[in-house]
Amino acid sequence: MIDRDPIVSEDELHAYVDGELPAARRGVVEAWLATHPEDATRVAAWRSQAELIRARYGGVADEATPRRLDLARLEWRRRWRLGAMAAAAVIAAFIAGGVAGWFARDVEASASSDLRRFTADALDAYRLYVVEVRHPVEVAGDERPHLTQWLSKRVGSPVRIPELETMGLKLVGGRLLPGPTGPTAFFMYEANSGERFTLYCGQTSERETALRYTKGEHNGAYYWVDRHLACVLTGPAERDNLHAIAQAAYDQIDSRSTSLGG
Amino acid sequence: MSDFRGEVQNAIPALRRYARALTRDVETADDIVQDTLVRALRSEHLFHGGDVRAWLYTILTNLNRNRLRALSRRPVLTPIKDSDAVSGGPEGGSRDIGRALDDLAEEPRTALLLVVLEGLTYREVAEIQGVPIGTVMSRLARARMQIRSYLDGERPALRRVK
Repeated sequence: MIDRDPIVSEDELHAYVDGELPAARRGVVEAWLATHPEDATRVAAWRSQAELIRARYGGVADEATPRRLDLARLEWRRRWRLGAMAAAAVIAAFIAGGVAGWFARDVEASASSDLRRFTADALDAYRLYVVEVRHPVEVAGDERPHLTQWLSKRVGSPVRIPELETMGLKLVGGRLLPGPTGPTAFFMYEANSGERFTLYCGQTSERETALRYTKGEHNGAYYWVDRHLACVLTGPAERDNLHAIAQAAYDQIDSRSTSLGG
Repeated sequence: MSDFRGEVQNAIPALRRYARALTRDVETADDIVQDTLVRALRSEHLFHGGDVRAWLYTILTNLNRNRLRALSRRPVLTPIKDSDAVSGGPEGGSRDIGRALDDLAEEPRTALLLVVLEGLTYREVAEIQGVPIGTVMSRLARARMQIRSYLDGERPALRRVK
């Protein structure tokens, strides 16, 4: 028809396949394809790629949504953890980050990876040191002020050592370890039964998160972030008990925000 | 308010689909979706209208990019398994679409999946990726060309060496 300027660009071929081509150009592209077998083959290949992708992954949307993605549940956990601080913190993060638009950018985004890295390293450290009989720590628990001061300095932010005596746990002591983001403080606690628990704390770009549970082979870990300090409490895999201890540790680290120990 | 929740709720199946294709691992995908939802809920009061679905895709895309960056900073041992090979079975041979996607760089893969799997427009993808439409199109072109040569291609066994 109006084949005065029948040149069809590759962009137009993509737009054609993706339904983005203006109706007026559609006939032109179709006529072009009829006389250009190489382009027709390309278009067919792109369509079949799309089919393959949809065939492979399309079904995921029909799966039942797992419980952990239940909105009410996520919301409840968030409230339980954040309380009234949440709004202030989020606003502060947004202002500080200069986020102009409506979505969360990099500041917000490193969460899942930090969770994974910290938890993996904390579990490794737990497994490595928890079996140590003679040298489980570098500095013993009776030197608490020194331990606090030293590790806060090395980690680069105030680290508080929770007292977990009410949970039946005595502080064995602590040591400095390399971590995913730099120097990391590592504390060990011991129950009368001989069970050991460890707390692993290092800096993260994240501001704060809810408690997150990860199950290892024979142990478990709770991860959280408070004021850019990522903490992982690790212990034997009995989840309720571990959760109670993590909660107690979290409460203390949070409530003693002004006294830096030392 | 509850409109917002409703829209987030309705988007979950599509977010899971997109995350699954991006990460090709059930657990990793759902981790990212969970983080996306937590962030969305947390920032609800900062959301001033607009397209909730596109916003969620944006968060998820950023989270995934950060995950990949963290992985590249730190060497990881990846077990040799293809968690979704089950559905494909051996019929696809070794020239598998999932592996073809794996071989793409993050940006072309994201662009292609948003268009082809999620049915977003070029304009929406451009906003999500924060680039001009022309860039989205060249990413699409790159992805399609690379997948095509992979699927048609030389022995995948050789191409797997990375």
